Amino acid sequence: MTNRQKEIRSTVMYIILVAVGVVMLFPVFWMFLACFKTNNEIFGSLKLLPSSWSFEAFAKGWQTTGTFTYTRYFSNTFLLVVPTVIFTIVSCSLVAYGFARFEFKSKNVLFMVLITTLMLPNSVIIIPRYALFNKLHWLDSYLTYWVPAIFACYPFFVFMMVQFLRGIPKDLDESAYMDGCTSFRCFVQILVPLLKPAIFSAALFQFLWTWNDFFNTNIYINSNSKFPMSLALRMSIDTTSSIQWNQIMAMGLVSILPLIILFFAGQRYFVEGIATTGMKN
Amino acid sequence: MRKNISIQHAVKRYGNSTVIHDLSLFVREGEFFTLLGPSGCGKTTLLRMIAGFNSIEGGDFFFNDTRINDMDPAKRNIGMVFQNYAIFPNLTVRKNIEFGLRNRKLPKEEVRAQAEKFMHLMHVDEYADRLPDRLSGGQQQRVALARALAITPDVLLMDEPLSNLDAKLRVEMRSVIKEIQNKVGITTVYVTHDQEEAMAVSDRIAVMNDGVIQHIGTPKNIYQRPANLFVATFIGRTNVLKGRLLAESGRTFIETHDGYRAEIRGVLSGYASDRDIVISVRPEEFRLKVDDGGDGISATIRDSVFLGLNTHYFVTLSTGEEAEIIQESSIDSIIEPGTRIRLTVNTEKVNIFSEDGSANLLAGVVNDNAMEA
Ligand SMILES: Nc1ncnc2c1ncn2[C@@H]1O[C@H](COP(=O)(O)OP(=O)(O)OP(=O)(O)O)[C@@H](O)[C@H]1O
Ligand SMILES: [Mg+2]
Repeated sequence: MTNRQKEIRSTVMYIILVAVGVVMLFPVFWMFLACFKTNNEIFGSLKLLPSSWSFEAFAKGWQTTGTFTYTRYFSNTFLLVVPTVIFTIVSCSLVAYGFARFEFKSKNVLFMVLITTLMLPNSVIIIPRYALFNKLHWLDSYLTYWVPAIFACYPFFVFMMVQFLRGIPKDLDESAYMDGCTSFRCFVQILVPLLKPAIFSAALFQFLWTWNDFFNTNIYINSNSKFPMSLALRMSIDTTSSIQWNQIMAMGLVSILPLIILFFAGQRYFVEGIATTGMKN
Repeated sequence: MRKNISIQHAVKRYGNSTVIHDLSLFVREGEFFTLLGPSGCGKTTLLRMIAGFNSIEGGDFFFNDTRINDMDPAKRNIGMVFQNYAIFPNLTVRKNIEFGLRNRKLPKEEVRAQAEKFMHLMHVDEYADRLPDRLSGGQQQRVALARALAITPDVLLMDEPLSNLDAKLRVEMRSVIKEIQNKVGITTVYVTHDQEEAMAVSDRIAVMNDGVIQHIGTPKNIYQRPANLFVATFIGRTNVLKGRLLAESGRTFIETHDGYRAEIRGVLSGYASDRDIVISVRPEEFRLKVDDGGDGISATIRDSVFLGLNTHYFVTLSTGEEAEIIQESSIDSIIEPGTRIRLTVNTEKVNIFSEDGSANLLAGVVNDNAMEA
């Protein structure tokens, strides 16, 4: 291919990418502008730009008309998400270490079972789970998130880390043993640093998914005082007689800010974790 | 402390297949001992049994008088160098070398001094604070060796440590390894399938095939008096000719199938009777002359390669067998392909084996598996 052809090709490609990007981002952009509009303006006018710029919607939206402000909902969300993420990466990497490096009875069967649970849609297991959590009196608490995370009930992450660990030569473990390491120290000192990209992407995914989760929170969490963002946003649509859309847009925007920041901060690891399987050679 | 290694009746099974049936072996203290054999013969398996990474299905392994069969690898005080170096990619060169020392809970200054010493010894001090992915293969290998030695192990194990390096670096590194081993004086077990490398570094070599030790001896001994045909063909190059051993009034002769006959001395008395044999002649031990109707195996030159110091001739014998001959290059021109020649052999240097190749019929084979030199 000549240089000219290459140039044309990449120009066309970029035009397509930009077009797709605009289509994807337009709703967010629209949402951003809608924060500054009144209900009438949102529904009555086709103009993109608001007639006046005021941050009132953010202030009022944050205060809400209910008992709790978004300060409460935000801290709830963090309290739900952060431990879940930490528990997930600790437990999943340990379980993956077991599957990737140790021989034990019926290892293959167990691994198959693990992978099979990956295929089960959430909607299938939600009822038995609900029944179980009910019996354990965990409903309406964050234990419904924390405990599964502690027990590595996220086969996708386990699978991802097993694959990653398999790409790390076993010789490294063996030379660590030779140098007097226990298997646990070998894991912490040698394998975890090498596993970092996988751990970062697991953490990012888990953060994203838990933060955005509406379905499960809606089922498990009932009291207003424990609502995370997703439920709080939803509540503001239900409750009031006249819905203040600009406030909802404003809070919606605020709710995705941490994700955007996190994504851009961790982008490098995110890509690396998905793209590589471990070592360079 | 230096230790000797004694292996008695070792057995290794993977599932139903037995890789090592019954292997006994003695490595003297401070010795550079090499396990040499073709791919798949069980060298790595045996080395990993010594290291403690493979289960042992039978037999006893000792370091001096301590039985190590069930000892944890970390407790055996072994240094090991792996084929792919296995240096920790997340640690700098210095941290890599200090790793084992830190695990031993030595005082900080001592750790540092010891690491410093071995970095210096292996000439990697200038890379001390680099990460391994920014070192060349040879440098990585030096770091691996420094790390293995830094813990002052009783025994050093190396599994094909040079096979990832290019040919030139391989030659260079093998003298580095040999020199360091000499300096440190550590009992070393080295695995390779490269016979030249084995000859270059070893005090003694154990030639293995199919999990069985064929011959243990000094490089010189196994080259000159190989215990059997396998060893003769595996170590160096050799030509294998069919022939007969003839015994006449106390003297013994070898005879090739085309009637060339030469006296041979030193045949073990148990074998000194008429029998079919296999004759092994190293390429440099043929004497070659243009056919003048005289004595010798008649042959035709097929091809020749001039390599400066030596010239290699590829010839077809009148019996149909092929042979390779190495002659010192002479000022005269190279003998043309198609020329008919006569070959005679230096019977002091040939080896003769029983027809199945299982035993050398000559005196002088040393199978040295004793505890003391
Ligand atoms: N984990 C294993 N399970 C089953 N068989 C194995 C295993 N490891 C090795 N073997 C078999 O044991 C035999 C010896 O293998 P080993 O790795 O010791 O050979 P090697 O002499 O080191 O060869 P190479 O020079 O190619 O490294 C081979 O036939 C191999 O197939
Ligand atoms: Mg091997």
